[in-house]
Amino acid sequence: MDFFQILNHIEKVDPEVYDRFDSRRNVFKHMGGLGKKLSAAAVPAMLGTIFNKAYGQTSTLPQIIIDTLNLALTLEYLEFYYYQQGIASGLFTGNDLNAITIIRDDEQGHINALRGVLQASAINDPTAASYDYTAGGNLAPFSSAAMYLAVSQSFVDTGVRAYKGGAGNLINDPTANKAILTAALNIHSVEARHSSHVRSMRRAYSTGTPNTNGTGIAGQDNGGGAGDPLPKSWISGTDSDGPKPIKTVANTAGPVGGPLTAAVYGAGTDATKYPAENNVMQATVNVQTNSMAPAGLTLTATAASEAFDEPLDAVAVQAIGRNFLSALGRTNKLFGS
Amino acid sequence: MATNPLLDEQPAPTALDRPLLTPIKRRSFFMYAGATAGATALVLAGCKDDNNNSPGTVDVGSGDFGILNYAYALEQLEAAFYTAVLGGKYFTGLAAGTAEKQIFTDLALHEKIHADFLKTALGTNAIRGLTPNFGSINFDDRTSVLNAAQAFEDLGVQAYNGAGRYIQSVDYLTLAGKIVSVEARHAALIRDLISYNSFVGPVSGATVTSNAVIDPSTTSATARQEQSKLPSVVLATANTFLQDGSKVSANSFG
Repeated sequence: MDFFQILNHIEKVDPEVYDRFDSRRNVFKHMGGLGKKLSAAAVPAMLGTIFNKAYGQTSTLPQIIIDTLNLALTLEYLEFYYYQQGIASGLFTGNDLNAITIIRDDEQGHINALRGVLQASAINDPTAASYDYTAGGNLAPFSSAAMYLAVSQSFVDTGVRAYKGGAGNLINDPTANKAILTAALNIHSVEARHSSHVRSMRRAYSTGTPNTNGTGIAGQDNGGGAGDPLPKSWISGTDSDGPKPIKTVANTAGPVGGPLTAAVYGAGTDATKYPAENNVMQATVNVQTNSMAPAGLTLTATAASEAFDEPLDAVAVQAIGRNFLSALGRTNKLFGS
Repeated sequence: MATNPLLDEQPAPTALDRPLLTPIKRRSFFMYAGATAGATALVLAGCKDDNNNSPGTVDVGSGDFGILNYAYALEQLEAAFYTAVLGGKYFTGLAAGTAEKQIFTDLALHEKIHADFLKTALGTNAIRGLTPNFGSINFDDRTSVLNAAQAFEDLGVQAYNGAGRYIQSVDYLTLAGKIVSVEARHAALIRDLISYNSFVGPVSGATVTSNAVIDPSTTSATARQEQSKLPSVVLATANTFLQDGSKVSANSFG
């Protein structure tokens, strides 16, 4: 048989076939003995193993992986439709409109990629109608650009913590080169980039002038106090419990926005495993006292808290998500409803 | 073996003693891999997973300690870079309270915290201190500093994400996750400082115009995802900022 002819034929239907095999280093382990040890009769079986590993996407992934990715997908849809509506709202123009369009397109890509991994195991598209961005009337996210971005920050920081909390569930990814785990990590860091930019936009809108370059405005430790008015591009302490948008919609039920965003920066279900964002203990090391500041700088607990983001467990993530479901979303059983 | 036009795609190696560190098209690679049947022309130096280094290189080792040392090497580089920034005229010329003064102060603190933490966590398993080579960076010049910062931060994100598949312990995977999202926040901000809105890559309007950071496609398997890189690829870049004798290898990994 001509192995290379086989690969040529496969390449015609799968141009990425070469990327599916083991890293080059591993191939030497697997194929290095080919000439010396294996008889011609054994070669087809060995090749079969290589192809099985390359295309060994299990027809059913482990349930923990399905559940973890579907939670991520539910959050991606929540954000996608939020940015879709933000674009349509007219709140943003020019560069700022471009920024939320880029973010919207990123979420679209992530949705497509996650659906591609999950196949028939993916949740159905919840549609925008499953989500209530007012959180039952507690918020008015489309009342101003500043308000919109405050809610944005809460969503994206929840998403970053959710991906981080879920990554451990993907460690036994059965696919070649742990492609699913790698995809999740590669989505996770993009969400963190979103958060960084949204925070810069929030600093920009603190001036009241649209399309200001937010990198020119200094963020403050802990976001500058109650309401997190001047967030850094990284989470600082608990960001004073987050943007806590002031309630602008009168309603009879529910508190002012505080508890919604406090949960985004607070501890998870098990506070030892999932501490709040002002945590400075990593693997039993106090990272503030462990470190000597570069000359001329002071190494504060705030800086130590900023250097590490914290994961959030799925139960806590879902509790946050349920605040933003409509009746249809609850019927669709999103976020553990 | 019959002549095969695919073999012609193999670019010349840049160093004869390390052919496998030269990027080659995967299809060409498989031509070579198949040629081991009977033929022994291919040089395997640099491919083994024992620590068979050139003299003076520092190998990160194997297993989870190897990955932590890999991270430690990169954090050492970043910490050294930002500490050097603090002494240059770009930083010292920034007025107190300005955004960039606050940003580069935080960056220096965060990376020092990362490097010191990893050194402590590794204990006796830690690689030694590395000596950087920042000769190509002008610390008195804002553009030079920002461009170098962006290169380091993007590289760090790509490195952590590309290493995840090798990590065997859930605790270490989570730890890497806690650091990488901070690096991604750094990277996005530095990119925005250079060109506002380039937080996920070069843009024109609302269009991401290159795959420098993310895959711009919204439909591929890697749609809009970070373009993570394997250790050998990351280190090829990182080593250009490390002195001879401090260059790093990760021979146990891809």
